[in-house]
Amino acid sequence: MLKRLYPHPYLSLTLVALWFLLVNDWKLGSLVMAVILATILPLVTSAWWPDRPRIRHPLRLASYTALVFWDIIVANFQVAYVILFVPRDKIRSCWITVPLDLDSPEAISLLAGTITMTPGTLSSDMSACGRALLIHALNAPHPDTVRDQIKSRYEARLKRIFE
Amino acid sequence: MSPLLQTALELIVAAGLVGGGFFALVGSWGLIRLPRPMQRLHAPTKATTIGVGAALLASSIGDLPFGGPLSMQEWLITLFLLLTAPVSALFLAKTLILRGEADPNIPETGTGQPWATLADERKDP
Repeated sequence: MLKRLYPHPYLSLTLVALWFLLVNDWKLGSLVMAVILATILPLVTSAWWPDRPRIRHPLRLASYTALVFWDIIVANFQVAYVILFVPRDKIRSCWITVPLDLDSPEAISLLAGTITMTPGTLSSDMSACGRALLIHALNAPHPDTVRDQIKSRYEARLKRIFE
Repeated sequence: MSPLLQTALELIVAAGLVGGGFFALVGSWGLIRLPRPMQRLHAPTKATTIGVGAALLASSIGDLPFGGPLSMQEWLITLFLLLTAPVSALFLAKTLILRGEADPNIPETGTGQPWATLADERKDP
């Protein structure tokens, strides 16, 4: 019963938190509205999201978020350096193929998003079977190092969280 | 609020505004300077996230030194920016690949299947 009313408990909790951030105020009325939204929205959209994502370690997801935030800050300085100081013909852009060990769609999209937001890399495409990601690197003299770093730094952590 | 804390907060707000403006400028400059379309895609997805993020941080705590409340709505903008920027970047990259305007020499997938953008159209299940 409860499972049918709330098909995505994490999504419902997130919606409550989002509503409180949106109204910027702690009132009982906001809580009522938040609960109404958290009940209706996952039900209406559940047709497009049939399975629940399995998050085995929510706490590790928090530490992963902190790691990504730090990497985003570092990435900005690196990209700013490349844009401002590296001569145009010395920028070594290249494509990188990253074979995937992840299975869950949520984990893969999180990995692709992480890659786009972090040091000079951009997820550009996925293989038709979903087993490899195509990544474009802005300035990578050693493409294999970039691939290994993505696999060890992000993919391994996501695999531990989701699978 | 002690004057020292007030000054510290004002300094953080000022640093956020100036730093955010700087990174937004660098992102826009990258759009002009980088020669190839795929390279140009890098500049706005990164340099502007911290540019907007720093400005929003300044806006979030901007009222604190004058006894105002902490505003939380800016954190929502940052969150949605982080969620949507990779999606729009992916769409632009896929468009470039499909139109053949991305960098040449796209490598093999290594799985025996082509890249999704270049594969045959799939029928709806």
